[in-house]
Amino acid sequence: MLKIENLHAEVSSDSGAKKILKGVTLEVGAGEIHAIMGPNGAGKSTLAYVLGGRPGYEVTEGSVTFMGEDLLAMDPHERAAAGFFLGFQYPVEIPGVSNVQFLREALNSQRKARGEEPLSGGDFLKLAKEKAALLKLDMEMLKRNVNVGFSGGEKKRNEMVQMGILDPKLAVLDETDSGLDIDALRTVGDGINAIMRKPEKGVLLITHYQRLLDYVQPDFVHVLVAGRVVKTGGADLALQLEEEGYEAVAA
Amino acid sequence: MSALPTIRDEEWRYADFDALAQFAPDALDNWKEVRIGAGETQRHCMVVGGDAPELHRIRLDVAKGARAELFVVIAGSDYTRVEVEIALAEGAHFEFGGVTIGGGDAVREFVTRTAHGAAEATSNQVVRSVHWGQATGNFLGRIDVGREGQRTDAAQDFKGLLLEKGASANARPELEIYADDVKCAHGAAIGQMDENARFYMASRGLSPDVAKKLLIRAFIADALAALEGDAEQERLFDAALQVLEDGAAA
Repeated sequence: MLKIENLHAEVSSDSGAKKILKGVTLEVGAGEIHAIMGPNGAGKSTLAYVLGGRPGYEVTEGSVTFMGEDLLAMDPHERAAAGFFLGFQYPVEIPGVSNVQFLREALNSQRKARGEEPLSGGDFLKLAKEKAALLKLDMEMLKRNVNVGFSGGEKKRNEMVQMGILDPKLAVLDETDSGLDIDALRTVGDGINAIMRKPEKGVLLITHYQRLLDYVQPDFVHVLVAGRVVKTGGADLALQLEEEGYEAVAA
Repeated sequence: MSALPTIRDEEWRYADFDALAQFAPDALDNWKEVRIGAGETQRHCMVVGGDAPELHRIRLDVAKGARAELFVVIAGSDYTRVEVEIALAEGAHFEFGGVTIGGGDAVREFVTRTAHGAAEATSNQVVRSVHWGQATGNFLGRIDVGREGQRTDAAQDFKGLLLEKGASANARPELEIYADDVKCAHGAAIGQMDENARFYMASRGLSPDVAKKLLIRAFIADALAALEGDAEQERLFDAALQVLEDGAAA
């Protein structure tokens, strides 16, 4: 469902453009969970942002197709409506906008783009309650402003509640496990499985640590180093990385 | 009639003098006088501004223990100035929420002079300005605390949101205090749209228009927060956000 071919991308900043991705090739099929691991600065988050369409991240070469469509030609909100979800490493705080209002607008925007009827307030709240319970996030938190005053762990659980409500076809989760304590990690792992482990869905997990992969067993593990996938293997590759480190495995 | 103000008059320094010259000679003398009796509360909400210059001058005489609440959205496309002089008696309160929003090259401004001439009067003023194009939003807020104004509690808060280069916002708080036991707070900040929030919203499927509207609604909400539960709050929100839909802001 997601096909990344020879993807090159650079990030622009005040000091000029910096090449980060240098030919990433990767395919995620329906029903598959892939993990991308790699050292700091390898380009993991850049890959996530490029797929999400963040301004300032420019593709210089290569292609990405999603469900047969050119993902890179779509605006970020169109990618979301097409069923693409990006879980943020650092979820953004939005003062003055409540979670419930934000998510209802988001879901109904997506439904509208797909030619579906908007969900009523009652139906939406029912759905939100169900997903919040799944992620063990207090419903009261959903009435508060988006991520404002949330702890790191609450923000990550909120990301997963959003994913549950929006019900995407493919999720790219950028370090969703960072900042989580052991119990929250298990809750989030269970949440990912409940929401995304389905024959018609796909997941790309970006992580530093093997621990999340204990709960969300990947079918494939890719090692990203210096903007390229240098090694691909099964779930056992993550264990080997944990034991031997990136340098030894990627060498 | 009074002579036309000039740029040397502090309270007019950001005004549009070409627009002022279009007013009838006695327009500047036209004050709306409102007295709020002891212990009473009066709330007034208005949407002002149009396609010609407008000047609204209001004097509020707020008697002992009374409460004056004024909420104004300046939503026009030409110069609009709302000027309010407030005299607070003992224990009186003035609550003000103002929003200026728009593009083009118009100046939209609030000018308030709050006289805390008696003890224990309070005032709270919140102004939000959202502009694009070459537009300007101003808040000039003067607070005079006289010798008798002990235990005055006066607050002013201004925030400007500039959607495009070329738009501007001016905040000018002015305090004159002759009593020694007073609290006067003022804050001013001018910024741009939060691009991280915009991308975050887009990544969840919100179109740029809807995201912008939500963020701007959130931004101006502080100025209308004291209207919570009043149907007028929605009317003012609608009037402000309609300007956004009419104008081609970035």
